[in-house]
Amino acid sequence: MSDTPVTYVRKEMLGQKAPPTSEVGPVRWVRENLFSSPMNAILTILSLYVVYVVVSHVGPWLVNGIWDADSLTECREIIAATGDGHHSAACFGVISARWHQLVFGYYPSELYWRPVLALVVFLVGIAPVMFPSLPRKLYIVTMAAPLLCFWLLWGGSIWLPIAIALGFAVGVVAHKLLDTHVSSLAAIIGAIVLPLIYWLYICGPLAGGLASIIPLGIEFVPSRSFGGFMLSIVIGLSAIVISLPLGILLALARRSDLFIIKTCAVVFIEVIRGIPLIVWLFTAQLLLNYFLPPGSSFDLTLRVIIMVTLFAAAYIAEVIRGGLAALPKGQYEGADSLGLNYWQSMQLIVLPQALKISIPGIVNTFIGLFKDTTLVVFIGLFDPLGIASAIRATTEWNGIYWELFLFIGIMFFISCFSMGRYSLYLEKKLQREHR
Amino acid sequence: MVEMTQERTVDRSHMQVSDEVAIEIRNMNKWYGTFHVLRDIDLTVQRGERIVICGPSGSGKSTLIRCINRLEEHQAGDIIVDGTELSSDLKNIDKIRSEVGMCFQHFNLFPHLTILENCTLAPIWVRNTPKKEAEEIAMHFLEKVKIPEQADKYPGMLSGGQQQRVAIARSLCMKPRIMLFDEPTSALDPEMIKEVLDTMIELAEEGMTMLCVTHEMGFAQAVANRVIFMDQGQIVEQNEPTEFFNNPQSERTQLFLSQIIGH
Repeated sequence: MSDTPVTYVRKEMLGQKAPPTSEVGPVRWVRENLFSSPMNAILTILSLYVVYVVVSHVGPWLVNGIWDADSLTECREIIAATGDGHHSAACFGVISARWHQLVFGYYPSELYWRPVLALVVFLVGIAPVMFPSLPRKLYIVTMAAPLLCFWLLWGGSIWLPIAIALGFAVGVVAHKLLDTHVSSLAAIIGAIVLPLIYWLYICGPLAGGLASIIPLGIEFVPSRSFGGFMLSIVIGLSAIVISLPLGILLALARRSDLFIIKTCAVVFIEVIRGIPLIVWLFTAQLLLNYFLPPGSSFDLTLRVIIMVTLFAAAYIAEVIRGGLAALPKGQYEGADSLGLNYWQSMQLIVLPQALKISIPGIVNTFIGLFKDTTLVVFIGLFDPLGIASAIRATTEWNGIYWELFLFIGIMFFISCFSMGRYSLYLEKKLQREHR
Repeated sequence: MVEMTQERTVDRSHMQVSDEVAIEIRNMNKWYGTFHVLRDIDLTVQRGERIVICGPSGSGKSTLIRCINRLEEHQAGDIIVDGTELSSDLKNIDKIRSEVGMCFQHFNLFPHLTILENCTLAPIWVRNTPKKEAEEIAMHFLEKVKIPEQADKYPGMLSGGQQQRVAIARSLCMKPRIMLFDEPTSALDPEMIKEVLDTMIELAEEGMTMLCVTHEMGFAQAVANRVIFMDQGQIVEQNEPTEFFNNPQSERTQLFLSQIIGH
């Protein structure tokens, strides 16, 4: 066909060369992305017009907003006096006057430092978990954080959180003693049962007794004073922190070979997931007390936290089950073949990888959960929306809508957006480390 | 394939088979649902034996060696490894698994741990070896498989051949008395097969008891003292390698050998 010889031998290998230089910069970017074709150009101009219309209407309303007015009437008078009578302006006066209610609900204003301090304790406690480069010593704060936050928020005698913490010590001591003297199975059962007995029957009287001998504590704040974002954050963060480990256990139980454990997990997950959260919240409000031992009256907020936690745990369990299923079978076999037992292979091999796969789903569930805390308004708790209704019910601010909802929206957006960003950070970090 | 391992002379001085029984399999049967995958398997492995198991795909050869460390459960018969009988007793299973090393076709390294962490994990958690000592052991075996410089990398950064050598080192860190290889070179490029086989030959020269499922007939001729041919879940023929390759008895074996060597 041609005279090209069949044999060919390369004498020297080619080195690397730079890619061809082409024009770069903003002009090229604009041309390529915004005006690449007549249709694209028309769409670009149309979109710019829509953006202009929105900004030209909302912009002045935001910029001209009145920040110091004590009522809606006063605010409207100021607007009428300053403008030509036609321009619109937001009445942000409601936020400067009532922001403390939107944030803290009816928490006593001289005690605002307590929820703020609780949030700081929580953030310091969670920091070493979220950023593993931080010093390990911070885990001391992590362990103390739940009870410390609980005490700071509700206040009361210091002996109650200490008595509760003693329950964990009871568990540890029971485990140590039974493990050395009886058997490891008895140690596990003892470590679960003895603290439960302690908490149910001894903890309360002990705390009461200690408090009557040495009364030491801070002012008690009842749950009905909780409200606004503080309430959303208390419910949301408690549920997030507790539902993750619970969800992991449920996911492992659902994949277990043991029939009873598996069935229990399936029934729990399907029942919790199959019924709307609002129904569970009404259950928490009305029915939960019937299931608890008589005389133990549970605080409504605590009941709501338990319900939201269980609800979130069911969702988290399914997200993590997806991660567990996505892991190649070889990873389980690799761990097994080295002689690692079940819990070791879960803790060291399977969960680190399954959780990494599940991060987007887990954070997605958490964001949904955090926003769902606004549902508690229907059982009479004052979440931000409940507070907004209460503010609008006053004579000063009757008839105001946009400004309040804008503020609430921004607060929720900041919280949820930062959770989403953290998720991306974590994904990128793990990606970089392992590939 | 045959030439490849002949480049290197194999030192057989330590490859002595002792009278001690390492693995005993008696009348073992296994089913996947109703499918009878392993039928009446009888096999005794002496300490120091190097056994190559070959056969067509689906013949049950992988399943057989996976039964030895209970990655698969057998339904009838007995498997006794190092004097411990495999039953549903979890303690026995974990004990056997820590004495029996295994290398997989797809390496099964842990991608979220560095090479060093992959190697120290089991000694630290299963054997309670102090971390420092475990790291020394790991470096010793990584040097043995000739990749100590990769210790701080993650498995994803290594080539297939390097990953398989890490997997061998990871098993060796547990100081196993028996090594199982499940098609260790089947997922590798031709250029990388040699480095893995060389590592395995070295191991054989030191007298390790080995069971290898592989189609590397050169390897079988160089180090094996017994070759087992399986088909349809049963042992069809076993013999010492020279006799097995030059004078196969069963028709099925002859057909198999003509197909893998003939092309």
